[in-house]
Amino acid sequence: MADPMRIRITLQGEVADVKVLIFHPMETGLRKDPVSGEIVPLHFIKHVIATHNGKAVIDAQWSQAVSRNPFLNFRVRGAKAGDKIGISWQDNLGESASIESTVG
Amino acid sequence: MNAIRRKILSTLLGAGAVMLAPLRAMASRWNQPAFDARSVDDALKYIGASSVADSDRIVLKAPEIAENGAIVPIEVSSRIPGTQTIFILAEKNPQPLAASFDLLEGSEPFIATRIKMAETANLKVVVKAGDKFYTVTREVKVTIGGCGG
Amino acid sequence: MVTAMLWVGGVLASPEQDRLEIIAFFGNRFGDLPLDRYVLGSMMVNPDARAQYDSIMEFPPFQADVDRGRTLWETPFRNGHHFADCFPDRGRNVAGSYPYYDTSLGRVVTFEMALNRCRRQNGEQEFTYEDRSTMGVLTAYARTLSDGMRMDIRVDTPGALKKYEAGKALYFRRIGQMNLACASCHIAHAGHYFRDEIISPTLGQATHFPVFRAGEYLYTLQMRYQRCMEAVRAVPFPAGSEELNDLEYFHSYLSNGLPLRASVYRK
Repeated sequence: MADPMRIRITLQGEVADVKVLIFHPMETGLRKDPVSGEIVPLHFIKHVIATHNGKAVIDAQWSQAVSRNPFLNFRVRGAKAGDKIGISWQDNLGESASIESTVG
Repeated sequence: MNAIRRKILSTLLGAGAVMLAPLRAMASRWNQPAFDARSVDDALKYIGASSVADSDRIVLKAPEIAENGAIVPIEVSSRIPGTQTIFILAEKNPQPLAASFDLLEGSEPFIATRIKMAETANLKVVVKAGDKFYTVTREVKVTIGGCGG
Repeated sequence: MVTAMLWVGGVLASPEQDRLEIIAFFGNRFGDLPLDRYVLGSMMVNPDARAQYDSIMEFPPFQADVDRGRTLWETPFRNGHHFADCFPDRGRNVAGSYPYYDTSLGRVVTFEMALNRCRRQNGEQEFTYEDRSTMGVLTAYARTLSDGMRMDIRVDTPGALKKYEAGKALYFRRIGQMNLACASCHIAHAGHYFRDEIISPTLGQATHFPVFRAGEYLYTLQMRYQRCMEAVRAVPFPAGSEELNDLEYFHSYLSNGLPLRASVYRK
């Protein structure tokens, strides 16, 4: 996968609205693979942390009930152009990814 | 309105390493009993909500009839002062607790995401604020379409 | 009754007459809606569904698939040429002109056939029309280059008219164990409920493909025809077959003037 996630930040006054799309199968462990007929194993993001200039602002715990290719929208106060917004996630298989973006 | 389009993939060295460290520390805190709970009551118990009060200060946007139960857009905004955490539960999911969001200092009490709902059920949003728990509940219908694939 | 409307006294109505009759028919059914609204299908009369669509389309979960299509589109062939070389204006605002009738070939050519023709002419193997990972994602991206273009199908030769009429005949033919025609649902019962679904009108349908059902499963227009055929318990024609090409030709003509938008969410 070229990019594990996409991020869009819009600044309205001092509030940064952050929208993130993470590419992840978020398998419930209940679905059968249509070709093999085998159950696709549980594979989902458990933790998501969002940071503002390195400081955690959102600390999320997810279950497999969050939709595939999950979407997250949150808002950061006291933001200004040049600030860094970071998103990190870790899943139940120990895989992880991070992205950092600058408020424009 | 300013918008950014630029994004940088962090590597394991640099920004990535800084952010993965807190993730590892938090790994032990994933609330297993709450996420494993098979009833709303049990899930509430395990998130520490011994009593939950209905509140009209939680603004919940959710569909009346979900077009597809696999991807139900939800938006929560809490007007309760001291909001610490937003919990999202779908009553008839095998495990009702879908997600929890700790809103740390610097964030607004606002979250939007998309969840899976197994069937028509009460969508229950619980807000922890000032160490008390508040809730709003709304039924979301989930159907299997006539022409659905 | 609907079919009688479009067959005028034994003489076949012209495509423009068909299109205008259908617009008038739906105008009666749905009231005074701007024509452009029809591209939303049943969502045009379902604000709850429309709100979900708008929310999901703000940041679509299938974006990675469209991006894979972009990679396919932009990667040069072994001979150094690109897909963009095969189309006017690097492939921008072309999809609304497809399908068209190729007089020398004597057949209807769809946009996906043109993509394959480009591959063939540049020494590459053609893609399978039903294969999501190749033709699916390729057209999912390539069609977005025509977003906003208004459908502009031409039927202006006797040969073209014959194919248009063949497509129209299939549209109105009852098929399958359930003995239903496309028209049975998408004209006669458009706007009515089928279980919990509001049936979409045929007007506007051809403008918004491929779709990603549940935000995930890619269907080109012909793949969707196949699902409908299966739903009425008919054996589907292959994608890229003359039958489905002719059907797409007729079906697209009906949406002339409406704006295209590719790679959208559907339930």
